[in-house]
Amino acid sequence: MAEFTLPANSVVREGKTYKADSGAKNVKRFIIYRYDPSTGENPRTDTYEVDLDKCGPMVLDALLKIKGEMDASLSLRRSCREGICGSCSMNIDGQNTLACTKAIDEIKGDVKVYPLPHQSVVKDLVSDLTNFYAQYASVEPWMKTESATPPDRERLQSKADRAKLDGLYECILCACCSTSCPSYWWNSDRYLGPAALLNAYRWIVDSRDEATGERLDELEDPFKLYRCHTIMNCTTVCPKGLNPAKAIAETKKLMVQRRM
Amino acid sequence: MNDLRTPLARAKGLGTAKEGVGHWWTQRLSSLLLIPLVLWFGFTVASLPQASHTELTAWISSPPVTVALVLLILTVFYHAQQGLQVVIEDYVSTHWQRTAAIILVSFLCLLLAVIGVIAVLRIALGG
Repeated sequence: MAEFTLPANSVVREGKTYKADSGAKNVKRFIIYRYDPSTGENPRTDTYEVDLDKCGPMVLDALLKIKGEMDASLSLRRSCREGICGSCSMNIDGQNTLACTKAIDEIKGDVKVYPLPHQSVVKDLVSDLTNFYAQYASVEPWMKTESATPPDRERLQSKADRAKLDGLYECILCACCSTSCPSYWWNSDRYLGPAALLNAYRWIVDSRDEATGERLDELEDPFKLYRCHTIMNCTTVCPKGLNPAKAIAETKKLMVQRRM
Repeated sequence: MNDLRTPLARAKGLGTAKEGVGHWWTQRLSSLLLIPLVLWFGFTVASLPQASHTELTAWISSPPVTVALVLLILTVFYHAQQGLQVVIEDYVSTHWQRTAAIILVSFLCLLLAVIGVIAVLRIALGG
């Protein structure tokens, strides 16, 4: 059956509390999931009191302040700190998002920070996205053509056809959408998930691509595509404001269109 | 896990089944058909509570009602089989249990549909 409860060794316990300096006036509590597989211990949540008067505005600023000044053992991924690399995706205040674009003052009360749901945890906030990336690779996200490349210019595309890629090409593969999807939680070994399907559709609608039919063939499967039940968590959480649910619905429409 | 396959090999798995669109499309078509049928059935049965056994069997025997009831029963169990299959595929992850549950549910839906249709026809045709 699908896993609805945590196995005994994954039950999260309460951990340590790191106090803010006594002089701090503007304190916010960050409750952060901690797990280190090398210790054999259960995961725990540590509480960090952060002085917001000495901290940047985003959740990532607070996490880096914690790592730099309070507890160097905290592990997280981050790179660009401006929402373009997709590294710092995690579950903040109950919703998957990027720590670098999530403002602390958007969150009422304590800030709860967990890794992306239902993925193996490498350590603390770092989850294992190996399967997620492999699924992206499996949709062959590059242009496929049979016609020879024009010798004197690029492959041309009308402005209207180029506009069809808007809302698709911006995906940064942060995995917020796929790991928020219940269908992906229960069947990620076979269901491709919203991110891979949005990227598959990005090539299906590209007017320059000549493998549209083969791409649809590859998706026509009860698990790869049709595990999507339009739950829409993907669209709700996408930190780039994209709509994977619509891309999947358009793919399903094309599946019907080509057999009628 | 002692699995030395590459992540891509695992992600590709057994490849595509090359089906799924038929199931998806007929599930939507059957739900479309069920909208008028269920509305008709609900409102009609709600207006029949005082009917005697004779009146009720006479109602079932009228040709348009017989046709609508048989259509309703077939569509309901066809749609139920498809919906339950999706639920089982979602939540039952062990492969033999998933397969067994889908077969069991399909046979059960077929049985109930046949029982329902025969019951209506026996009344309608005075069997």
